[in-house]
Amino acid sequence: MTWTWFHRLGSPPYVYTLAARLTPWFAWPAALLIIGGLWGGLVLAPPDYQQGDGFRIIYVHAPSAWMSLMVYTTMAVAAAVGLIWRIKVAHAVAASCAPIGASFTFAALVTGALWGEPMWGTYWEWDPRLTSELILLFLYLGYMGLRAGLEDTQRADRASAVLAVVGVVNVPIIHYSVTWWNSLHQAPSVMRLAKPTMAASMLVPLLMMLLGFTLFFGAVLLVRLRGEVLSRERSASWIREIVKA
Amino acid sequence: MTPRRRRMALVLGIVGGVSLAGALALSAFRQNVTFFFDPTQVAAGEVPAGERFRLGGMVTQGSLHRAPGSLEVRFVVTDFSHDVPVSYTGVLPDLFREGAGVVAHGQMRHDGTFVADEVLAKHDEKYMPPEVARSLKKRHGQSRADATAAPDPSSGDSRPPPAAHAPPPSAGT
Repeated sequence: MTWTWFHRLGSPPYVYTLAARLTPWFAWPAALLIIGGLWGGLVLAPPDYQQGDGFRIIYVHAPSAWMSLMVYTTMAVAAAVGLIWRIKVAHAVAASCAPIGASFTFAALVTGALWGEPMWGTYWEWDPRLTSELILLFLYLGYMGLRAGLEDTQRADRASAVLAVVGVVNVPIIHYSVTWWNSLHQAPSVMRLAKPTMAASMLVPLLMMLLGFTLFFGAVLLVRLRGEVLSRERSASWIREIVKA
Repeated sequence: MTPRRRRMALVLGIVGGVSLAGALALSAFRQNVTFFFDPTQVAAGEVPAGERFRLGGMVTQGSLHRAPGSLEVRFVVTDFSHDVPVSYTGVLPDLFREGAGVVAHGQMRHDGTFVADEVLAKHDEKYMPPEVARSLKKRHGQSRADATAAPDPSSGDSRPPPAAHAPPPSAGT
């Protein structure tokens, strides 16, 4: 087996064109899944026997929270690859992830607060799950701030990559916070080893939303990655050729 | 060691070191990270006397009493090995149920009643706080199902028993 396909992923012009080709393959299925999932979740699914219609916020909250962790993991892995193998494209991927992940984290926190007020009786509590998720938002913002603060791209890459790698410790803490400590937040209903504790008619739209959000992240990441590559390589000759063409 | 290997070891070292530091810090602050105390911890005197704290557990079936003409409610919080009577004046959250999880914030009175100024409903995906299940297992060797099943039939509550993860009534139509 040859590794040429893999080594080509380190080449900015190749990644730039590949990302453009791949984007629709993520964007269209994402749009269909999210529309289908919303229809299934907001219209077809029955109301919950305890929470009534209020439970439907899960169709945005749970996928956002799941993506907040997945995007961070992606960012940390890309940053580590960039650190170890000195691949610029990997750093570009990590840098592209941060604002997307921060948005998902923000969405998870806001939707959770809106659900928490009627159901728990409070918008916010300094609970292990809520607090660790808030720390995740600060990690994203810190990562973006650190990048913005360093003029030199290479130094920004390395410094922010170390921060991303350090912060990855928070990811398992968030996931297991509800099982390790007494917490107000319920334990996972879907992301667990045993069978989901959710009726199929509610679960299927949720899984569609999860997959849809994941593909949506892929599409946005590809678009952002192209922009990131363009700005990093702005003085390269291959870009001048693209602009001329 | 090639530079690449050295960098790889460095990255792994950072992750390992920070994980270790995080684990040590979190186990040292275990008490502070914990969101609430259960009735057994209260009975064992683990709660600092005279201080405000959060009490968590299940609302005993049939223990909810409302004072007529006011917002005052009384109920019993249990972890199936110890009980704490709670008094609260205010609006209860939507998910407050007998037989469901609850977290109350307040202070212990001398007569052994917990006076809450804030009551939060804990919506467990299993409809039972995990630590209740844990202490149940530890103290009685009882299964989770035994504890949550058998709602009080006299309460006139038509809802399914809390242990049921069964689909809601209209599911599958």
